[in-house]
Amino acid sequence: MKTILKLTIIVLLIMSFAQAYAAEMINGAGATFPYPVYSAWAFDYNKVTGTQLNYQSIGSGGGIKQITERTVDFGASDKPLTTEQLNKDNLLQFPAVIGGVVPVVNLPGVKAGELRLDSDTVCKIYLGDIKYWDDKGIKSLNPKTDLAHNEITVVHRSDGSGTTAIFTEYLSGVCPSWKDKVGAGTSVKWPAGIGGKGNEGVANYTQRTANSIGYVEFAYAEQNRLAYTLLKNPAGNFVAPSFDAFEDAAATGDFDPKKHFHLWLVNAPGKNAWPVAGATFILLAKEKTDENKNVVKFYDWAFKNGDAKAKELVYVPLPGSLKEKIRAYWKANGIQ
Amino acid sequence: MTRQSRRKIGGFVALVLCTLAALLGLFWLVIILGDVLIHGIKALKPGLFINDPVPPGVAGGGLRHAFIGQLLITGFATLIGVPLGVLGGTFLAEYARGRKIALIISILSDIMVSVPSIVIGTFIYAVLVRPLGHFSGWAGAVALSVIMVPVVLRTTEDMLSLVPWTLREAAFALGAPYYKVITQVVYRGAATGILTGILLSIARVAGETAPLLFTAFNNSFFSTNMGQPVASLTVTIFQYAMGPYDNWHEQAWAASFVITIFILVLTMAGRLIIKWRYK
Amino acid sequence: MPTTPKKNSVDTIFSSITAVSAFSVIILIAGILYTLVDESYPAIEKFGIWNFLTSTDWDPVRESFGALTNIYGTILTTFLSLMIAIPVAVGIAIFVTEISPNFLKGPIGAAIELLAAIPSIIYGMWGLFTLTPIMSRHIEPLLKSIFADVPFIGILFQGTPMGIDILTASVILSIMIIPFTASISRDAFNLTPSIVKESAYALGATKWEVVKNIVIPYSKLGVFGGIVLSLGRALGETMAVAFVLGNNHRITTSLFDAAATITVTLANEFSEADTDMYFSSLYYLALILFVMSFITLAIAKFFLLRAERKYSR
Repeated sequence: MKTILKLTIIVLLIMSFAQAYAAEMINGAGATFPYPVYSAWAFDYNKVTGTQLNYQSIGSGGGIKQITERTVDFGASDKPLTTEQLNKDNLLQFPAVIGGVVPVVNLPGVKAGELRLDSDTVCKIYLGDIKYWDDKGIKSLNPKTDLAHNEITVVHRSDGSGTTAIFTEYLSGVCPSWKDKVGAGTSVKWPAGIGGKGNEGVANYTQRTANSIGYVEFAYAEQNRLAYTLLKNPAGNFVAPSFDAFEDAAATGDFDPKKHFHLWLVNAPGKNAWPVAGATFILLAKEKTDENKNVVKFYDWAFKNGDAKAKELVYVPLPGSLKEKIRAYWKANGIQ
Repeated sequence: MTRQSRRKIGGFVALVLCTLAALLGLFWLVIILGDVLIHGIKALKPGLFINDPVPPGVAGGGLRHAFIGQLLITGFATLIGVPLGVLGGTFLAEYARGRKIALIISILSDIMVSVPSIVIGTFIYAVLVRPLGHFSGWAGAVALSVIMVPVVLRTTEDMLSLVPWTLREAAFALGAPYYKVITQVVYRGAATGILTGILLSIARVAGETAPLLFTAFNNSFFSTNMGQPVASLTVTIFQYAMGPYDNWHEQAWAASFVITIFILVLTMAGRLIIKWRYK
Repeated sequence: MPTTPKKNSVDTIFSSITAVSAFSVIILIAGILYTLVDESYPAIEKFGIWNFLTSTDWDPVRESFGALTNIYGTILTTFLSLMIAIPVAVGIAIFVTEISPNFLKGPIGAAIELLAAIPSIIYGMWGLFTLTPIMSRHIEPLLKSIFADVPFIGILFQGTPMGIDILTASVILSIMIIPFTASISRDAFNLTPSIVKESAYALGATKWEVVKNIVIPYSKLGVFGGIVLSLGRALGETMAVAFVLGNNHRITTSLFDAAATITVTLANEFSEADTDMYFSSLYYLALILFVMSFITLAIAKFFLLRAERKYSR
């Protein structure tokens, strides 16, 4: 008995200290939106440098919260914070990658890119005003699709989410009744539906529930073969979510370092622009200079070497000029 | 129909219903275990234990980080919880035997055993995670040990009370001080019982998820540094099962299989020891 | 204490260490209570107690929070699961103690204990992957076709059966608490003195009459304690319901709707509440849950202790 106990203690202690200082570790948490690309980058970065970047996708609300409480080295959020908010909590912010939020449906017989929706129908579905798939509004947009009289199950996020922030920002911009009744934010008071945890959870629930509609970052729709819909953009065109459509939305964006790059990319004016695009941001605690340098080193590496991987997962890498602006921002804040 | 046969039929129907209830209970066990077994074995590959996770969308990868992390967290929780529990139980059964305070602590422990474990997670977050500025394996281990202490304390108390008082008196008569009597006579008499209690308490905390969510957090890399976030099987199952990827689901089943077998073996071992020793 | 043992200094140290260890339980409970109250103080100050308990608002954008939707979900799922679990559990206990042939008692008892040992996250995952599709495709449509048009009960079975809802969560929860209730009831039944039972048999009572008129009345305190204990467990269960409840902060009447319990809300939102008031409100929820389950468990303990005293007399 005693020997077993001693052995266990020794083994545990050795295990816990042997590697303690062997691998450098960076802890990040936040948005699930860029999780596929961050984890792919971290995987490659670990192979090249040995540094472990542990990114946990707990939602943008979580990213903001945990960096504010200083329990992680960096937070990630798809909802950009304003200068005022950043100053209040002594934070820095820069964008990392651009992507798009897409509505996905689980309708028998409806394939990806077949269903057409506009801002009005999406808004009414999420408000619970449109309850059935054969609603007039949806039918008139889709005269050729066979829509049965089935009740719509709305899937939304249950956690604090930047994907939700982008999505509700989009709805608030195009749908006045949404703005009045619900508003925009990382978590809102949903008028209808069931909540899944993370982009992962929404994708999972949508997959499992017939006649449902959800919204996820495009990489989740692609990787899980979910049926995304077309959306009508402000220029009046029905566009499919794609690399080009996201890039078109990003092209009009003017990220300003003075505002810590605060910018929404929803409802961009471009002809082929996807209306629900957004950048995802990294948040740093200003006073943690050493940790910040490690984080910045990682993103600098990713900016140089990660573009191909990002494109493969249908994220839009930041344009070269923006990357330079970000590097200048790092230097100005003494973290590179 | 006579009153006699009405009674007989009524009784028969009621007894059949009870039998059906028992069958239903067995049915759930078979179904759940069977499901975990079938899906788990299918996904059980050697790579699962020696590889670390890969990004979603890439084939392969394993859960080595979570297996080791789970062992670390549970191991340290045991190291913290067992001594506290055993010593506390000793106080109740020996020094405070028969006193009101022993009864109060005993009742409070019984209540603590069933207090929602997620509340303990929020408590540890406030006292260990935020002030230290880190999610950490230590915080996870402490959270689990908080659940463990009352379990071990109560079994120890019960087991020590079973040791006949005359045994202690014999030792006192030889002039031994109380602490020596406890450590060398009473503990020996109750050793198997206490060990069983420890086994069952490990089984109890090894399957806990809720208290780890905000304490040990999670880690996608292999790390044995307890001062950093550490992955655990249960939190990984939660993340993977809620996720949309097929190979995540597969690995979640495999992890469930391993943890279920581990806990069932511990539980059975505990029960068998009790049977063998006390019947 | 029958004999006073010899005292010396080592003994004093040892006894103090054990005392500190024992008091750690009290310190922990006090610490938890203090921390929860302290952390939820801003929310208590802003929303008050009665307002918070009765408000159905859960609106992070406008930072207006109330606990009622969560309490409603918690109580509803707990109540439903007890409705399912109690008859089954008592049935199992009767079977094991009175009906089953001796060679089956051991295995069935072991099976029940194993069922109790399976971690709750396994129940949750199994619920999502296996039970949810069965519920949404077969059981719920069946229930809907039978009950939807029945007056009064009908409102419980409205809407689309999607499997991720109150009913599925309650079923999983009931499977989880059956073993607790069953094994405590079994222990209580076992304490009925056989001489009383045998006298009843001698008077010509049937087996069921013995169970109904002798065993159950004799052990009702213990059984009741067991049920209240299961209630306390069900209130605080997180993982088993987190997968299938659907996280919906609204009060609905249909069992086919999603809901939220206090535990599920904490699991989902605790690490990601981004404003102070939001976070404080979550601690407030945790406090309510702690108090609720503490009281329930104390009641259970009270009954179990009384039962114990009664039998040992």
